[in-house]
Amino acid sequence: MSTYDIKRGVSLYSYQEEYFLRQKSLEDLIKVSAEMGAKGIELISEQTFPDYPNPLDPSVYDNWHALMAKYGTTPVCHDFMLDYKKYKDRPMPFEEQVASCKVDIDHAARLGCPYTRALVSIDPKVLVACADYAESRNVRILIEVHAPLHFDHPWIIRHAEAFEKSGSDYLGFLPDMGMFLFAFPPVWKEKFMRDGVPPHIADYICKAYEDRVLSEYVILEVEKMGGVGPAIGMATTLRHNAAFEPKRMLDHMDRIWNIHAKFYEMTEDLVEPSIPYDEIIRVLKQGGYKGYICSEYEGNRWIQDAFPVDSIEQVRRQQEMFKKLIGEPQAAVSAA
Amino acid sequence: MFDKYMICEEGFGNVVEDGQVVGFTFLARLPYYRGIGLSMVEDIGVVIDGEPVSRQDVRFTVRGRTWTLDEMETEYTERWNFGEKAAVTVRRPNGLAPGRHRLQLSERIRVSYLPFVPTTRDAKELDIPA
Repeated sequence: MSTYDIKRGVSLYSYQEEYFLRQKSLEDLIKVSAEMGAKGIELISEQTFPDYPNPLDPSVYDNWHALMAKYGTTPVCHDFMLDYKKYKDRPMPFEEQVASCKVDIDHAARLGCPYTRALVSIDPKVLVACADYAESRNVRILIEVHAPLHFDHPWIIRHAEAFEKSGSDYLGFLPDMGMFLFAFPPVWKEKFMRDGVPPHIADYICKAYEDRVLSEYVILEVEKMGGVGPAIGMATTLRHNAAFEPKRMLDHMDRIWNIHAKFYEMTEDLVEPSIPYDEIIRVLKQGGYKGYICSEYEGNRWIQDAFPVDSIEQVRRQQEMFKKLIGEPQAAVSAA
Repeated sequence: MFDKYMICEEGFGNVVEDGQVVGFTFLARLPYYRGIGLSMVEDIGVVIDGEPVSRQDVRFTVRGRTWTLDEMETEYTERWNFGEKAAVTVRRPNGLAPGRHRLQLSERIRVSYLPFVPTTRDAKELDIPA
């Protein structure tokens, strides 16, 4: 078995509720992450820094590095967007897309991030065209493999082939663990029921998901049950989510350099009811993964209509789960 | 996401120019996990007391600059930042009468990676002070 080095991190995306409402500052978020021992920091700069990707004042970068030093945290990844639909009446020209990516590569380098995340819909030709520039800035570009896409999807295979053909060591993958959705998330079901989905239809959809029934059959069945509006919406989530297998990552371990530990809910007993983190960590160990696994809490949007959101507590629980699954020495745990 | 935070509780009132009430205004946020360039805001729809407002009567103001919705579509530099409160103003002679009003807001944004153009809605009952 390969040796592995799985390090704990957090994407500041996790705290979007508190940051949106200005309840927590950037420093607050770095501080609580460090206290959990999530020492690797990932961010979506268009969330964290107002006006980015327009040029930022140098003080923004100085402050960032001061926070990293103060709390002993490490920049891991700047997630970029590439708004290729910026122009309503025309597609963004190829060269402009490449130039836009280079702005993000420079920004990642200034933040000290070794990685920058590219969204899954970006054309591999754009990324390949940026590879030499990324190498010159020592920033690796990682395409996010995110549901409904997965490692066996032709679009991802096309990326993998383009990366190999390029010969570059600066192009890779950032899998989002949400593609391994083994059960229909309870917080989704409860939200859909608050929106009016009858309990018997909600129960049917969850059972059909458990039975791995093809999404189109589930949608048809829900229509036959008289489902409308939110019931169809709930069934349609099956088009965009599936229980792909964590072991499919094993073929790509040489290019997987960062991981989004997506989660929708962590229960009090430290369980994510819908994503099999025990199996995921087992696979990462088997594959000799050396890198960060960054918490990515996405439960706020499913509960904020009815309940207070405590993103920090949710991330803390996931980090506690990771300590156990990764097998960190207890001394290291208490020192954190 | 953030649907219920789109219309802010504060900032609702009439707009007075040169002693005349020329419309009403409120503060609004984007229902999204990041900021976006203004050219990607396709529409800001307002319904007041059940009456839809014409697109031509809507103005958008952020950090001291104001655009019509059509002007926003070719604004390629300025952004509506994450969680930022923008002023949405509706041109309407005499504005709104004092008292409670039902305000409905819809925002349609063009997001590159989404296979659809999402419209998100919020509605609140707000008061114009007497």
